[in-house]
This record gives sequence, C-alpha cells and structure tokens, in this order.
Amino acid sequence: MSTILLIEQFLNGIQFGVMLFLMAAGLTLIFGVMGLINLAHGSLYMIGAFAAATVASLTGSFLLAIIASVVAAAVFGAIVEFSILRRLYDRDHLDQVLATFALILIFSEGTRWLFGSFPLYLDVPEALSGTVVLLGDIQYSRYRLAIIFIGLLVAVGLYLLISKTRVGMRIRAGENDREMIGALGIDISKLYTWVFALGAGLAGLAGALVGAIQSVQVGMGEPVLILAFVVIVIGGIGSIKGAFIGSLLVGLTDTLGRVLLPIAFSTFMESSAATSVASSLSSMLIYLLMAGVLLLKPSGLFGRAPS
Amino acid sequence: MGNVILDVRNIHKQFGALKASDGISLDLRQGEIHALIGPNGAGKSTLIAQIAGRLKPDSGCVHFLDQDISLKSTAQRANLGLGRTFQVSALAMENTVLENVVLGALGKRGKVFSFFKSVMHDKNLLSQARATLERVQLIDDSNRITAELSHGQRRQLEVAVALTLAPKAFLMDEPMAGMGAEGSKKLTKLLRQLKQDAPILLVEHDMDAVFALADRISVLVYGKIIATGSVDEIRSNPDVRKAYLGDEEAT
Amino acid sequence: MINERVLNTLIALLLLVVPLFAWQLDEPFIITLATKAAILALAGVGLNLALGYGGLVSFGHATFFGLGGYTMGILASHAQSFTPIMESPFLIDGTKSMPIIWLVAIVISAFVAFIIGLLSLRTTGVYFIMVTLAFGQMLYYFSISWPAYGGEDGLSIYVRNEFPGLNTLDPIQFFGICYVLLMVVIFFMSKLNSSSFGLALNSARQNSERVQTVGISPFRLQLVAFTISGAVTGLAGALFADLNRFISPTMFSWHTSGEIMVFIILGGAARLYGPVAGAAIFILLEHVLGGLSEFWHIFLGAILLLVVLFAKGGLIGSVSKKAASHG
Repeated sequence: MSTILLIEQFLNGIQFGVMLFLMAAGLTLIFGVMGLINLAHGSLYMIGAFAAATVASLTGSFLLAIIASVVAAAVFGAIVEFSILRRLYDRDHLDQVLATFALILIFSEGTRWLFGSFPLYLDVPEALSGTVVLLGDIQYSRYRLAIIFIGLLVAVGLYLLISKTRVGMRIRAGENDREMIGALGIDISKLYTWVFALGAGLAGLAGALVGAIQSVQVGMGEPVLILAFVVIVIGGIGSIKGAFIGSLLVGLTDTLGRVLLPIAFSTFMESSAATSVASSLSSMLIYLLMAGVLLLKPSGLFGRAPS
Repeated sequence: MGNVILDVRNIHKQFGALKASDGISLDLRQGEIHALIGPNGAGKSTLIAQIAGRLKPDSGCVHFLDQDISLKSTAQRANLGLGRTFQVSALAMENTVLENVVLGALGKRGKVFSFFKSVMHDKNLLSQARATLERVQLIDDSNRITAELSHGQRRQLEVAVALTLAPKAFLMDEPMAGMGAEGSKKLTKLLRQLKQDAPILLVEHDMDAVFALADRISVLVYGKIIATGSVDEIRSNPDVRKAYLGDEEAT
Repeated sequence: MINERVLNTLIALLLLVVPLFAWQLDEPFIITLATKAAILALAGVGLNLALGYGGLVSFGHATFFGLGGYTMGILASHAQSFTPIMESPFLIDGTKSMPIIWLVAIVISAFVAFIIGLLSLRTTGVYFIMVTLAFGQMLYYFSISWPAYGGEDGLSIYVRNEFPGLNTLDPIQFFGICYVLLMVVIFFMSKLNSSSFGLALNSARQNSERVQTVGISPFRLQLVAFTISGAVTGLAGALFADLNRFISPTMFSWHTSGEIMVFIILGGAARLYGPVAGAAIFILLEHVLGGLSEFWHIFLGAILLLVVLFAKGGLIGSVSKKAASHG
C-alpha cells in the first residue's frame, strides 16, 4: 500500500475524529455540568443537517446553511432543555435515558412526517469542492480539510472558553459542585440553558458538515451518537480534553482499521475470506478499543475516578 | 488492658495538597471503647474509610486480629469480623427492618447464592435476626419499612445489623449524631454493654457521650493524632484544650 | 388500590383468555399479537432482573435478544439446508428441535452476558449505560458485516421449528408454548426474588455499601444477576425468531434495547408482572395507534415521556401499592 493512500486515510481518520468531537464535546459538557445523559443529542445533529439542507435549497448559500444549522439546533436544544429536560436533572439515569429515548422517537418520527423518508442532499460549495495538493503530491479533498480545520478551531475555542473566560469558570464550578455555583450567586438555570444550547449548536454544526458528505436523512444522528458515547467512555465523562483525544483515537482506529485489516489478513488468508473476516472485525474494532481502555482505566483516560 | 485487636500503623493518605491522614497510628484493645475525636475536617471520615476498606492508604497498614488487612476489600474485612455503622444511615430503605437484619445474618452465614429457598422462612437466620432486634429494642418494629423509622431507630437498626455479624471489633461513625437526649442515653447504655462483646472504635462529636463512655480517647487534628489517653488525661492536656476543646468552648 | 397479587393473576389470565377467545372466533392475527406480547414480556422479565431488581441500567439487552434469535436462525438454517455448521474439529449439525435451540440460546446468551458483565460491571452509573449500549452496537455491526447468515438483509427460516407432540404451525399451540415458558420463568423469578440471592441483590441496589459491610460482594451478585438476565432475554430472542421465522440485525439494534426497557417502565420496574403488563400495553399501542397513523412512534414517545415524568412505577405501580417483596 502506498504512503500517499495511507496519509489520505490518516487525514480521513482525523476528519472523522474531529466530527465526532463536535458531538462528544456537547455530550460530555452537558453530562459534566448538569449530570444529564442525553440520548437525544443525535436528534440535534439531525435537526442541524435538515436545517442546513432546507436553507441551502432556499438560498443557495452554504454559509447561511451552516449558520442555520447551528442556530436551529441551539434554539431547538434550548427550548427542549427549558420545557422538558430540566425536570430530569435530579432524576436517576434510568429516567433520563427513557425520557430522552422518548424524545428521539418524537423527533425522528416528527422529522419523517415533515420531510418524508427520502434523503435530502446538501452540496459542497464551489469554493470548497475539488482537491488541494498537500506537500509531497498528496491530493486531498478541500472540503474534508475544511472540516478538520473547523473542528480544530472549535476545539481551541472551547478550550479558551472554558479555561479563560468567566462563563468557563462558571461551567467548571458547576462541574465540581452544583451547590457551590448556586452559592456564588450565579443564575444556574440560565447557565444550564446556555450550556445545553452550546452543546446542541455544536451537534447541529456537525450534522450540517457531515450532511454535505453523506446524505441528510432521519436516523442519521443515532450511529454518531453511539460513537460519541464510545468516545466519552474512552476519554472520561465530563472531560473535554478526554473527548478530544478519544475522538481522534476512535476516528483513526475506525478509519485505518477498515483499510489496514483487509491487507493484513490477505497476507495469510485467501482474499475473499480475508475481506469478510476483516470487514467483520474492523466493524468491531473501536468497541474492542473501548473494552481495552475499560480494563485498564474503568473511568476513562481522563475521567475522575469515583470516590 | 486487653490484647490489641485492631492496629493502625503509620498510615498516610493525601488528596491533592490535603494530607487527610498524616502518619496516623492507633490501636483498639479487647474490652475497651476507644473514642476518636477531632474538629470537622480533621480527617476522621478518611481514617474510618481506610480502616473499613472503602479507601486504601497511600502508605502504612492496618492490622486486624494479627493479620494485615490493608489490601482487603470491605466485604472481606466484614467477613473477618469488622462490624461497622455509618454516619449517614446505610440501610436498604425500601426493605423491612427484619429484612435488613436478616441480610446481616446472611452475610455472616454465607451461602448467598441460593436461588430457590425463601430467605425469610429460614429459621436460623430469623432467630439470629430477631435476637439482635431484641437487643436493640426494635423487635416491635420488625415488619415496618425501614424508611418509616425515626432517625434514632435507624441508628439502632444499624447497630443491630452490625451485631448479626458477631464482630470481633466495632467501627462506629458518629452513632449519636442527630439523636435526642433520650435516644443518646439509650444508645450509651447499649454501647456500654456491647463493649463486652467486642471493643468499639467510636468516632463521636457528642462530648458528654464520649466522656461518659470512652476508656481511651485519641484526638485527631489536621490528619495527625495529637494526644491519646484516658478521659482525665485528655481533659487536662493543654494541647488538646488549645487545639480542640478551646475551639469548642469558643463556639 | 389493588393487591399486587390479584393484579398479577388478572394480567396472567387476561393474556391467556384473549388468545383463547380469538381461537374460538377464528382470529389467528390476534393470537399472533398475544404470542408476540408473551415473547416480548419474556424479554422484559429477563431485563427486569438486572434493571428492576439489580438496579443495573443495561441499555444493551438487544445483544442477548439478537443472540437468541441468531442461535435459532443458524441452527435452523443449517438443518433446513442439510449442511453441518462445522465439521472439524468435531461435527456440529443444525437442528429444528425447539428445546435444543432454547438450550443453546440460553447457554450462549448467558456466556456472552457473563463476559459483558465482567467488563461493564467494573463501571457504574452512566458509564455502565453507555458501555452496555456500545457492546450491543458491536454485535449489531458484526451481524451486519458478517455475510454468512444474511448480513444486512437478514435470513428467513421457512418452516417453524418443531416441538415434540405439538403442531407449532398452529398459532394457538405456539402461543401455548410461549405462554408456558413465560409462566415458568416468572415462577422462577418469584422464587429467586424471595431467596437469599434476591434479598442480597435487592439490598445491593438500594445501598451497595450496606451489602459490603455485611461481607457480601455486590459485584458477584450483580454479575450473576446480569448473566441470568441475559439468558432469559436470549430465550425470548429465540422464540421471537421462531414467531417471525426471520432474523435480522434489527434484533441487535439499540432500538430493540430501548423497547425492552420501555416494556418495564410502562408496566412497572421491579414488579414481577411489570414487563408483562408493559409488553401487552406496547403491543396494544402499536396495533391501535399504528392503525391510526404511520407515525405512531410520536404518540408512543409522548406517552413514554409522560409516564417517566409523571407516573413513575408504571401501570402496576399506579394501581397497586408496593407489596412487601418477601414473606
């Protein structure tokens, strides 16, 4: 296998990873601050993608579509947080899981009812289509490179937000002690709504960005949601840094596994058998990675051990 | 004084910059009540957690009946005969009083993995459970749901569950906390009887109870034991008065 | 308030009487619905041991449901095509015999539940939920990418498997098999719940430290509960595959895990008949609402949300006070 192809797949893995990070960051933030396990996070991803596809087809502007995805998911998230989810913060995890599972049913079927079962398409804008030449004659998709860039930008932005700003200080206080933050005189319910909207906006952004590579359809958020869970189990729940490292690990493991395993197996197996064994195994690779991390560190790479 | 039953040797435990246990040594001997006192944040709960097995010390060890138990789990320590009660009642609140005590008797007997015989019809377990409920005067409340019990009754129930284990030593974390005068008196009387069965390491805030009950007292301040001695010795120790009793009078 | 035992008897009788009437009126579709309810109830009864009694919020019980289904599919498809499953190191043939299929489904599900439990019980709380979900997904993707038994498209088994002395193709006879199995398992669960193991497991759910302090390891209790729980749900999966004469990766999907949880919540968690009531309500809703609108899941979601927010305890919890679990 050529080095060029390998580098291309490596970049694909990074691109997949930063996209997972946009999902996982919101999930882990919401869990860290409010203690909520939100299965409906995948629905926000879907809502972002649908908003982007709709706006793009109305206006023809990709930039407006992206803005619409963030705004729609954030506003929608804030409304759901305000009307339903805040009743669940003090409930046990079982109630949270079931209530947000119920929300998935409602959102998915609601979207199907509004938009139908056929996928929508979101086109990559002119300016980002085609390929760029990277050092050493590597041709790589300009759009995917842009996703990597946006993802890294968001990661840096989140890092600055949480470590350098007043809002970030409040978020960190909320993670450590929910009563303390009340004692600091911070309007906690407002903070919760903002944190939720932030997480939702990131999910919406991820949905729109991916929507241009894949198709926009009902149920698109669910596989990503579960991968994002794997990411935060690996990285440690509540840790943004863990979410970032975990996302890249999962993105690279999955992408490279799918490419390298068939080659590895074909060295000692007959080729059709190698393909089928390798494809089965590579689909399980990230879960095996998760199991391995759990064996060594039950609370994830950067998670706080329960006292 | 009797044989050493429980021996804590030079244990250290640190959380970040906080030295919660800074080289603590103390022992518990047959027939005594050894009280551990100290201001809030002195590290009493951390010490108890390391003796009971919920936390592992960074260094140092805990010996129980001449055996190093530092690496054993909470359940293993209980099986060796360490009975404990909690500061905040740790009971199966949805279960009846009797069920809670039967659980204790079951833990003592073993054979938990029996799937078909009704546990609440097991004569041996029931008679042991009832005997301990008699002893703490809760027998009339056997069939009540634990959540309905008063605070003081929950404390008595905790003691009853610990009793079913026929422990070789008791570890009691603030058993008097939140009890009225009447309840404290009753419990004081019970503890005095219990120390005949097994010695008690008693963490307690209620000074009247401590001075009335304890054979020895250790004073823990900022993770260190600053004094150990009889009631009179502790009362007259100037360091203790300064570090602890002085504070108490001031508040 | 109705006594829980009376209510349980009513639920059990209702599930028996409805298909019997349908049989008399020659309405096989209703018998099939009742059979489906009984099988899904069995899956829920399995999960209830872990989730209701053990407090282990497993979001991956589709794993065992799917394993049971694929056990049936693999054994029956080889019997159907007269090809052995493997020849070396020793010969394993397929089979069309239900009791053998059930046994294999139970053993395989129990084994996998033991392994998954061993790993995931190292974690607690929200980690446990996510880890069980992730292991479920792992098998889901495996079943999709493994071409031998239909891959993504699933696999049809043309003739229902056999049970000695019965005609399993007759809906009422197959219902009878499923109903009897459900009742046997519920009887076993009621015994289990009042045993030493049940007392310790229930106490560990309420207060793990309490159980440790009397010298019992919660981990071992929970591992055993999770294993039995997986085995029962696996048995239900084998029956479900036989009902549909079809298996597909959907059996492994996380929606299936979610639905098994929903049965328990609609009916009442940690109630012996909670999953039975819940599965019956679910089938009823699916049939009635599904007839009204293609988008019936919106209504199901709304009902579920209302139950979680306002009616904790589900149907049985709402009409019957919690009975003492022992005595």
